Amino acid sequence: MSDDPITSAASTHSDRTISVGGGSLDVRTSSEIGGAEVPSRSVPARPPVYALVGNPNCGKSTLFNALTGLKQKVGNYPGVTVERKIGTAYSQHGQPIQIIDLPGAYSLAARSPDEAVTRDVLLGRRADTPQPDRIICIVDATNLERNLYLVHQVLDLGKPVVVVLNMMDLVVQAGLQIRLTRLQHALGIPVIPCEAVNGKGLIELKLALSRQELPLARHAWDVPAPIAPAVAELQASLHQNDGRPPLVARAEALLLLTDQDAVRVAGSAPLSARTTEILQAWKKRWEGEGVDWAGTLVNSRYEVIGRLCAEAVQPAAAIGPSPSDRIDAVVTHPVWGWVVLGVTMAALFLSIFTLAQYPMDWIDGRVTALADWLRDAMPPGDLRALLTDGVISGAGRVVEFLPQILILYFFIGLLEDTGYMARAAFIMDRVMSRVGLNGKSFIPLLSSYACAIPGIMATRTIEDRKDRLITILVAPLMSCSARLPVYLLMIAALFPTGSVPVLTKVGLMMGMYLLGTSAAFGFAWLFKRTLLKGETPVMIMELPPYRWPSLRSLALRMLERAGLFLRRAGTIILGISVVLWFLTAYPKAPAGTPPEQQIAHSFAGDVGRALEPVLRPLGFDWRIGIAIVSSFVAREVFVSATGVVFGVQTDSSGNLLPLRAALQRAVWPDGHALFTPLVCLNLMIYYVLAMQCLSTTAVVRRETNSWRWTLFQQFYLSATAWLVACAVYQIGRALGF
Amino acid sequence: MAAPVKLSELPVGSRAVVREFPKGGAAFLRLREMGLLAGTPFVLVRAAPLGDPLEIQVRGYHLTLRKSEAAEIVVEPAP
Repeated sequence: MSDDPITSAASTHSDRTISVGGGSLDVRTSSEIGGAEVPSRSVPARPPVYALVGNPNCGKSTLFNALTGLKQKVGNYPGVTVERKIGTAYSQHGQPIQIIDLPGAYSLAARSPDEAVTRDVLLGRRADTPQPDRIICIVDATNLERNLYLVHQVLDLGKPVVVVLNMMDLVVQAGLQIRLTRLQHALGIPVIPCEAVNGKGLIELKLALSRQELPLARHAWDVPAPIAPAVAELQASLHQNDGRPPLVARAEALLLLTDQDAVRVAGSAPLSARTTEILQAWKKRWEGEGVDWAGTLVNSRYEVIGRLCAEAVQPAAAIGPSPSDRIDAVVTHPVWGWVVLGVTMAALFLSIFTLAQYPMDWIDGRVTALADWLRDAMPPGDLRALLTDGVISGAGRVVEFLPQILILYFFIGLLEDTGYMARAAFIMDRVMSRVGLNGKSFIPLLSSYACAIPGIMATRTIEDRKDRLITILVAPLMSCSARLPVYLLMIAALFPTGSVPVLTKVGLMMGMYLLGTSAAFGFAWLFKRTLLKGETPVMIMELPPYRWPSLRSLALRMLERAGLFLRRAGTIILGISVVLWFLTAYPKAPAGTPPEQQIAHSFAGDVGRALEPVLRPLGFDWRIGIAIVSSFVAREVFVSATGVVFGVQTDSSGNLLPLRAALQRAVWPDGHALFTPLVCLNLMIYYVLAMQCLSTTAVVRRETNSWRWTLFQQFYLSATAWLVACAVYQIGRALGF
Repeated sequence: MAAPVKLSELPVGSRAVVREFPKGGAAFLRLREMGLLAGTPFVLVRAAPLGDPLEIQVRGYHLTLRKSEAAEIVVEPAP
């Protein structure tokens, strides 16, 4: 075979049969190994289902998007918050090819829910997903050795595999040479060079995928001798007791032995008792004998891979630092690193606050216009009120979040795809480790300053289940933009114009942000030590080379997120908005009551009055109670609700002056002022800590997949808000404020 | 042959070869699955601005790990 470097076309690869390898592990079943020649596996009657697997950062999503375009179904695997993507690609002849995009994994010995799902789908453990017939393994060609580790595990499964060598352009840049024909020959399966970002190699890949027959890999691997008997015994048990086909049973046996504290996910079939028993017995025996079984298996795989790479890869002659190295010298520099991080984050926030404002105002305008139009078009009555005040304003609330979510997602996607996200986590890890989290919690928490919803949705990058849960639990404490109107109103009520320097107001505002942030870190620290005790998370993370992001992938992901938010959270928000509208509109006040008195007669008014005994220790009366109850939908509703309760029409220009005057006039029945400075401050503190956002609750329910944790979060935040506000008011009173 | 030291004690910028891994621990197994095995050469590229975690270059890519893990990995500095 000629020693051609990189560029030889993969499509020249011909169907061929494979001779039997000599090793003790061969992918063909014993019945197939009859003679020297084994026929290729033929495709089943229905079109084959492919699984796409690969390491994180190897361009897997880009390839999936390039193959399937918008023909994707995105959702969750039932019972786990791992994204499930199935798409359809079309062959050159228009035949559909179904592809399941499995979550990125470094190894099938899963360390995260993502990896566990990949493992379980490949092993056929999940009832909700068909076991794929064939597998596409995408590898980062610039980093072949580590990427082939997963390929080596996948080959154990004995399914037809197509290997895609992605990022071939970077291979040339890095001065590496990959002898494609040798690699292909050594593996015995199609190996297709590709540049997923610009679509090079896609045609060759589709040709390979639509082939009727695909060869099985030349995958002879000697399982290390001390471990072989255990593999055989586990394989037999998996075949008999768990119903696995022989080869899948062998692959699973090998994985069970490298899965140290195996991550289990809901929705996957558990192991039979007999298999677990055998596994435990072997582990116990080896522990006694001091055999490092898992390590031996890893070493043995890398030995095979090492031989393969020695044959197929010509390492780069020593060249200077790569562009990535040069960027990192600045970006992770002890001084400049902080500057870059600060500037990036400032840019992110500025763009959210400024850019999102235009579409949000526009949406607000459209929603109001629609409601006004309906008010003119329909006769007055309950139905009209339900549609305008319940449905339209509820739907408006859902849509109004979209611009922020889209912009934040665009930035998070940009940070991820360029590779900066990993650097931010690297820089911030030390800080986050103080409270027992790791650097990966940094971006989600930071995003929550804008809005907790995308922040919580961004926690999916955190592998450790407990760390992710803690991050979700404390994220709403980061002061989001919806609290700003409340802070502004209270600061306005606190200080008559010109009475204090602007700096005092700014300082007070910063104080609120500081309070929220400290509370978030404090609770994270507390949860890590009590409820969600776990080992200190490790920080084993790849720092991928910097890359230009693909705008197409970014756009697709933004749309996906927006769709998910609308479908999942939107329905809940809309429903509860209608319920809350009902509570403020019924029962009707007697005819002739001024409209601003209606709320006092409603169920919400009753709730407010019923709550007064609870709110009194905080210095709040039943009218503030109504505003608090109404703003359970969203914090900013507090401003319009106080407007309604205290009889001031707030205009859309955001002018708070008339409302401020009304608040300063409000008194208790005994005549003393309601909104004393202490009460204003206390309301701000209450809103820093309380969980008053339906949309966030809906997203937390989605992302934790648990009502228990969602309710726990609601409870602990509400209780904290009440306790702290109570303490502040009582101490403040005692001190004479 | 240089005297073996802990990975966490290597000076930044130095080359070394892994000698010994602790046997137990899922974190160490994952490091091995990521290609950092006994006998693998690597370069300690840098420490994060606050001193932890560390960044190493191994098998042509960059990997981070905390000092607490690095303190349990025995390496042999390369000349």
